[in-house]
Amino acid sequence: MNFDFSDEQRALQSEVQRFLSDRADLSVARAVLDDDDACFAEPVWRELVELGWAGMAIPEHYGGVGLGYLELCVLAEELGRSLAPVPFSSTIYLFAEAILRVADENVKAQMLPAVAAGDIIGTLAFAEGIGFPRPHRIKLRFENGRLHGEKWPVADAVIANHAVVLAADKRGEPCLCLVSLEQDSVERRPLHSIDPTRGQGALVFDEAKAQRLGEGGDSAWKAFRHILDAAAVLFAFEQVGGAAACLAQAIEFATERTAFGRTIGSFQAIKHKLADIYVGNQLAVSNTYYGAWALASGAEELPLAASVARVSAIQAFEAAAAENVQVHGGMGFTWEADCHLYLRRSRSLALVIGDASLWKSQITNEFERKVA
Amino acid sequence: MDFEDTPEEAAFRHEVKTWLAEQAADYDLSKHGDISTERQLALGREFQALKAERGYAKVTWPKDLGGMGGTPMQAVIYDQEEEQYDLPTVFFAISLGMPIPVMRRFATEEQKQRYLAPALRGEEIWCQLFSEPSAGSDLGGIRLRAVREGDDWVLNGQKIWTSWAHISDFGVIITRSDPSVPKHRGMTYFFVDMKSPGVEVRPIKQAAGGGEFCEVFFTDVRIPDAARLGEVNGGWQVAIATLMEERFAVTEAAGGGASLEDTVRFLRREFDDGESAMNDPRVRDKIADWYVAESGINNFYARLLTGLSQGQLPGPEAALSKLVIASKLQQQSSSLMDICGPAGAVYPDHSVSRATDHRMAWLEAAGYRIAGGTDEILRNTIAERVLGLPGDIRLDKDVPFEKLV
Repeated sequence: MNFDFSDEQRALQSEVQRFLSDRADLSVARAVLDDDDACFAEPVWRELVELGWAGMAIPEHYGGVGLGYLELCVLAEELGRSLAPVPFSSTIYLFAEAILRVADENVKAQMLPAVAAGDIIGTLAFAEGIGFPRPHRIKLRFENGRLHGEKWPVADAVIANHAVVLAADKRGEPCLCLVSLEQDSVERRPLHSIDPTRGQGALVFDEAKAQRLGEGGDSAWKAFRHILDAAAVLFAFEQVGGAAACLAQAIEFATERTAFGRTIGSFQAIKHKLADIYVGNQLAVSNTYYGAWALASGAEELPLAASVARVSAIQAFEAAAAENVQVHGGMGFTWEADCHLYLRRSRSLALVIGDASLWKSQITNEFERKVA
Repeated sequence: MDFEDTPEEAAFRHEVKTWLAEQAADYDLSKHGDISTERQLALGREFQALKAERGYAKVTWPKDLGGMGGTPMQAVIYDQEEEQYDLPTVFFAISLGMPIPVMRRFATEEQKQRYLAPALRGEEIWCQLFSEPSAGSDLGGIRLRAVREGDDWVLNGQKIWTSWAHISDFGVIITRSDPSVPKHRGMTYFFVDMKSPGVEVRPIKQAAGGGEFCEVFFTDVRIPDAARLGEVNGGWQVAIATLMEERFAVTEAAGGGASLEDTVRFLRREFDDGESAMNDPRVRDKIADWYVAESGINNFYARLLTGLSQGQLPGPEAALSKLVIASKLQQQSSSLMDICGPAGAVYPDHSVSRATDHRMAWLEAAGYRIAGGTDEILRNTIAERVLGLPGDIRLDKDVPFEKLV
């Protein structure tokens, strides 16, 4: 049984953790939170790119480091733990994954080196307002090489320069397109969200030139769902990293704070609450490892494993973040305390690629098919 | 990252699989239909003897003590393979799980010669005489008196929740030897012949109808000092030492209830109105929840086994599995009964296999959340021993025991 990361991967994780503690502690996330105009910490993003981490899982012949999903997983866990406000998930888990999955050689050769070099901030635009897109109900149109319509919310829309978008072609079939966001025909509008440390925006396309990627129809929809499956695993690592940070903060506080003549961590209500958070975190970590295994090994059961990872991580991070506030008492609900930063992040990650019940449907659909 | 055995582990697994395929078939309970407990025990003893011959009765023990000199990982592999069958091994689980390791650690050479081998072979069965009516989670609160009389000790009192006491030949027992000192300092550990005069065993009928637990009454039971394990008044240390040696057991995530696959098959069958329950979105949502929980447990074990494979014994965090499984069993089986509507409360005319009897699972789950460490104690264990939070305040630690009762 070898259900763990390798020593090299753990060493990378330590390196990332050290970098982020040093260069992206919570004051960095807080600065973005407090500044209405900022939606990421550009200096941290630049340093991360310089360290080669944007190219971590991009093949060497496209200018990347040529490592794989497992390395991305440990990196993701640390990003989640630190709340580092950088557009890594949009650019790598979503945009780069889409290019790797559906783009032809030319597009890959154009885009991937630029991603690795940090010249591209990318994203995946799929949502169209309330709800979750369905394959034959997409409103954004792609006709004659041009996009027309609106996508929102789109993660990191305002700072991204490229996007892969889910559109409908002239037959109403889903298709994936690559579009440069730096055209006059593309408007990027910021949106306020409950988690200002993750930028959100709307993209409005007015006959914007775009390029179809891959086949349309069923094939495009499947590719879209696969991109989300891969992203689900990586987001799950961010979520378990965040959940661990919340538990650690709660334990630290409970160990110092006194009431009724003893530390509040000595009361069973607090002990049992934190034991439950620990249990939820451990189950989530275990399920995210399963997702990592499926992603890295190209397992056929990735849709099932990714959904399990996502649902488990959503539940764990939300519970840990909420109980962290609770354990901190009144202080936990101040702007000044760090608890709400994690609370906000736990909610935004719970929604980013579809909520838990959407992914639970995928679990049952996939599992049921396997039962004879 | 993978789920594979190392080459050595794979070789051992193959060896075990082969042996079981040859030997276990005759003892698989599914081949025997409805047989009495006595008959199951007889079959169990036969199979246990075969296991003992191969050293499988105690994989990690040295060969000269009846084991095969194997690693903890090999012990897990053996258990995993044996679990594929439905074998009558339950009678020996407690016996070999704790009392016999205690004997190995604290008995004299002569006693080990006399007692270890017959237990491994299933000829003799041992029980654990720990809990009392007024001392379950608080093991230090036990009251059963041991009074020294010359070369003997005389025991008076009562034990409870003793598994299989009615078929046990011997038991390990923790007693109150000095009530004038604080609780943990006045206990002494012995082993006792269950056939001694004055020992009376009464089965307890549990809420779900099962009867493996017993009360055991001791009235002027005389045992020799030679049957003492550890120091006089040093019984607590013996108890702690043995609790630390708890064997790491992989409990299946379904906790004895139906597998999720069997549950889906059950839910697919047409209900009386011709609809499959699997079409109901509320049912589908629950299936996902149960899948996530089961997957979490199975993948958690995989992480623990990864450590074990590298020689690291699991720590107190392993306690979380029972905490999760017991509650999940209760909720899951209760939900299945809900889906059945009013019929969920009754047993159908046709015989119900264990695999689909969620009523039984639901009833038993209530006990499962208590036995072998209550949910509350397990949460305390995790909070204190894993998270490092302070222990509960104990008011009785330094008070002479007789002042407490």
